[in-house]
Amino acid sequence: MTGRSKWTTFWRTVRGRAYPRVIGAQREKSWVFFEIFLPLLQVTAYVFIYRAIQAPPEFLGFVVLGGAMSAYWLNVLWSMASQLYWEKETGNLELYVVAPTSRMAILLGMALGGMFQTTLRAAAIITIGALLFRVSMTVTNIPVLLGVFLTTLVALYGLGMMLSSLFLLFGREAWHFSNLLQEPVSLVSGFYFPVRALGQLVAAAASVLPITLGLDAMRQLLFPSMMTSLRFLSAEVELAILVGASVLFLFLAHRALSYFEKLARREGRLTVRGQ
Amino acid sequence: MSSEIAIRTEDLRRVFRARKREAKKQKREVVALDGISFAVPRGELFGVLGPNGAGKTTTIKILATLLTPTSGRAWVAGVDVAADPKGVREHIGMVSGGETSGYGLLTVEENLWMFSQFYGMETRTARARIRELLAVVGLSDRSRTKIYHLSTGMRQKMNFVRGFLTEPEILFLDEPTLGLDVQTARTLRGFVSNWLLEHPDRTILLTTHAMHEADELCARVAIIDRGRILACDAPANLKRGLKREAIVRLRIGGVDDVRAAVEPLPGVSRFAQRAHDDHLEADVILASDAALTSLLAAVEAGGGALVSLEKREPTLEDVFLEVVGHGFEEPNGGGAA
Repeated sequence: MTGRSKWTTFWRTVRGRAYPRVIGAQREKSWVFFEIFLPLLQVTAYVFIYRAIQAPPEFLGFVVLGGAMSAYWLNVLWSMASQLYWEKETGNLELYVVAPTSRMAILLGMALGGMFQTTLRAAAIITIGALLFRVSMTVTNIPVLLGVFLTTLVALYGLGMMLSSLFLLFGREAWHFSNLLQEPVSLVSGFYFPVRALGQLVAAAASVLPITLGLDAMRQLLFPSMMTSLRFLSAEVELAILVGASVLFLFLAHRALSYFEKLARREGRLTVRGQ
Repeated sequence: MSSEIAIRTEDLRRVFRARKREAKKQKREVVALDGISFAVPRGELFGVLGPNGAGKTTTIKILATLLTPTSGRAWVAGVDVAADPKGVREHIGMVSGGETSGYGLLTVEENLWMFSQFYGMETRTARARIRELLAVVGLSDRSRTKIYHLSTGMRQKMNFVRGFLTEPEILFLDEPTLGLDVQTARTLRGFVSNWLLEHPDRTILLTTHAMHEADELCARVAIIDRGRILACDAPANLKRGLKREAIVRLRIGGVDDVRAAVEPLPGVSRFAQRAHDDHLEADVILASDAALTSLLAAVEAGGGALVSLEKREPTLEDVFLEVVGHGFEEPNGGGAA
């Protein structure tokens, strides 16, 4: 293939792999229950706790926003990082490897499809949550808010792409790794409270995960008065770190994918099922 | 390497090593391929025939860049599979038997379109070719069916369409009719033959343990067992080599094993037996017709009652028995595939 047609193949691969998530996933209507109703129940629990202790109304907004963003984290963990495990089990992985396309394009397609799919869920959670609990938000700077949101997604899915390459080599072991990450991350990233409450050290350590800084920055931009005293870093600094994390994770994803693919070919683990 | 050679291997060897914690429970090393060498000219349908665990799938995985060889070398379309796997992928396609690839929530047509995108196909071209190929395999009426509603046979027809959709220069078919009913398997074999007639510059490497499939489709066949190629020639030539010998199939009642009585007889070149519900079936290759009398006497002396005797033309199964030394379905303790 020529250089030009390599790019054509790259983008067609992205489109092709995003398709099952954009179209296919909407065909399974059970997602409305599992991915909107259930997260809303968890949000509701925190809302009642904050109401019971007479926390300021902005805390309800923190919870609704955290509930919406947690959908992205779960998508990255279960439909991005561990996806190659499922692809291996169904036999798709070997077809991806044999195809004359970039593995990064396949991961990018998965990521973009996943972002679209999850954005529908997150939008539903935030809309229903805001209406149900009468959350009022003050959008101070729409371009910066959009910038923070999109950069958080790029960094987060970049992390997911990097983790997914681990699944080329490991089977169920990496599955346990995802299980292990799910709950602790929702705690240390401050899905339902400002991360600063955990102390500067924990907040700094949790900043390795893009969603920690993304959530903190978005809360600052949506609830400015309340977050003045509760913020971890300024939104601008957090945005700059997120930009750096995006580049770093995408670079590491590319390198890790290439390295683990070679290793998996050598060890014969690309097509071994039921590991 | 000559461009007329589509696939070539040179002393290809693959050893699987158990991981440390698994090594305590099983063999530390399994030799799946033990130095195989062959060359397939462009335009040929080449078969690799062998029982389960012979090394067929390992061969295909190495050639399709899914696995690296432990030693030796292989070239596909003139490109070294270990040194330049990306270069190899520009030329190949693959279909495996029992494949469950694709996404259940997408229709047949959507799944095929998705895979076409990984090859950079233009959507209009892809859709036209999908329609054409689905019609050839008799799956047109299912093009809008979600694939989780498809039967095994229909799914394998879809996999065939996926493999041939991009018209690869070199196609690997790994046990492609495995588990299919007779009619579907016949349809797919017909499809393969016709495709190669219409595309004489394309090459197919087919692995199978179905003798009749190899006999019907392949220009040449390599018989492989325990990671080694034991014979490689056109099916007709392989069978011709047995013409000088007498091949008989006996059906014997009253016993379930005559190996000890028959195998040591002078004039018995090869022996294999299969137990059925009400009789024992034995395939015997005799050095000459003269050995038949002592064979029948030995069966009778061993307590067996002869139900029928059939002298027949050699098949690939007999060739396998001759070169491998045991029957195709008999346990052989071969390596891993």
